[in-house]
Amino acid sequence: MADSTLTIDPPQEQVGDTTGSAESGSRGIGRAAVLAHRRSPAHDLVEEMEQGSGERVRLRELPFLSQLAVRAASAGRSSAAVAGALGVALPSRVGEVTGATDGSGVAVLWLSPDEVLAVGQDEGRSGLSPDVWSADVAQALASEPGQVVDVSANRTTLELSGPCALQVLQKSCELDLHPRVFPVGAAVATLLGSTGVILWRTGEQSWRVMPRASFATHVVRWLLDGMREFR
Amino acid sequence: MLIIDCPNCGPRPETEFGYGGQAHVAYPADPHALTDEEWAQYLFYRDNPKGSYAERWVHSAGCRKWFNAVRDTRTYEISHVYRQGDPRPDLSKGA
Ligand SMILES: [Zn+2]
Repeated sequence: MADSTLTIDPPQEQVGDTTGSAESGSRGIGRAAVLAHRRSPAHDLVEEMEQGSGERVRLRELPFLSQLAVRAASAGRSSAAVAGALGVALPSRVGEVTGATDGSGVAVLWLSPDEVLAVGQDEGRSGLSPDVWSADVAQALASEPGQVVDVSANRTTLELSGPCALQVLQKSCELDLHPRVFPVGAAVATLLGSTGVILWRTGEQSWRVMPRASFATHVVRWLLDGMREFR
Repeated sequence: MLIIDCPNCGPRPETEFGYGGQAHVAYPADPHALTDEEWAQYLFYRDNPKGSYAERWVHSAGCRKWFNAVRDTRTYEISHVYRQGDPRPDLSKGA
């Protein structure tokens, strides 16, 4: 287990080539090199997730999605300023997601009457670092009441998909996940087993489960256990 | 399992919530003026009715907001949910 030597293998997946070189030198190390050294909360479970996945249900991590926690009253100048900077209107009621509700671009998830979560792409793909993104949005907020914080490291994103994904979730989630109640493009904060997660339906057979980073291992193993009968 | 109707999120299972005890217990205007007994009354003593009870809940696993609910301590039926700061509902009507 001891990783004390800091000899880090190159990442398995090539990070995007849109970043880095231009910034090289400004901080003494290229941004691409920084990104290459990131380790996602479930990175050591990649093989287990592959082995546990099959035709009927699949699990994988979508690591490093940029995430901004935005506090702003749901109507008013604060939310208008934030929406302008994000390029996405803010959601205003439980379950609502605005923007790219399938997760293909910037999406904004309702969390509470004065809190939303903006989710974007991994910096390795978008070239936009979350701290720059959060600074931009915070600048748009200016002196209006509210708060914008880069919380990209707070949660990781697991994608559970396939024709039996719903059945796997239903074993652990007490909410009504029927499309009539939980349509494609909806997201809520709830419990999966006893673990708090954001549950986001990105497609008919595709869900994002977003646990806090320190719960990632537990949630992955929990889901893999639920997937066994469908493998 | 109770189903609690969060004012922000709608009906959710009880496990998503935390309990906050009796509602409408005001912080003393001048705590230093209280005797030890009065302070203890404020801190530790709560009503224990058989019937409707206004109490605080927090939707810990959802919107993370506090709100108030009126629950019947005999049946566990929750007759009202309302936002923090709203007045206690008139319980004289209905059950
Ligand atoms: Zn709630």
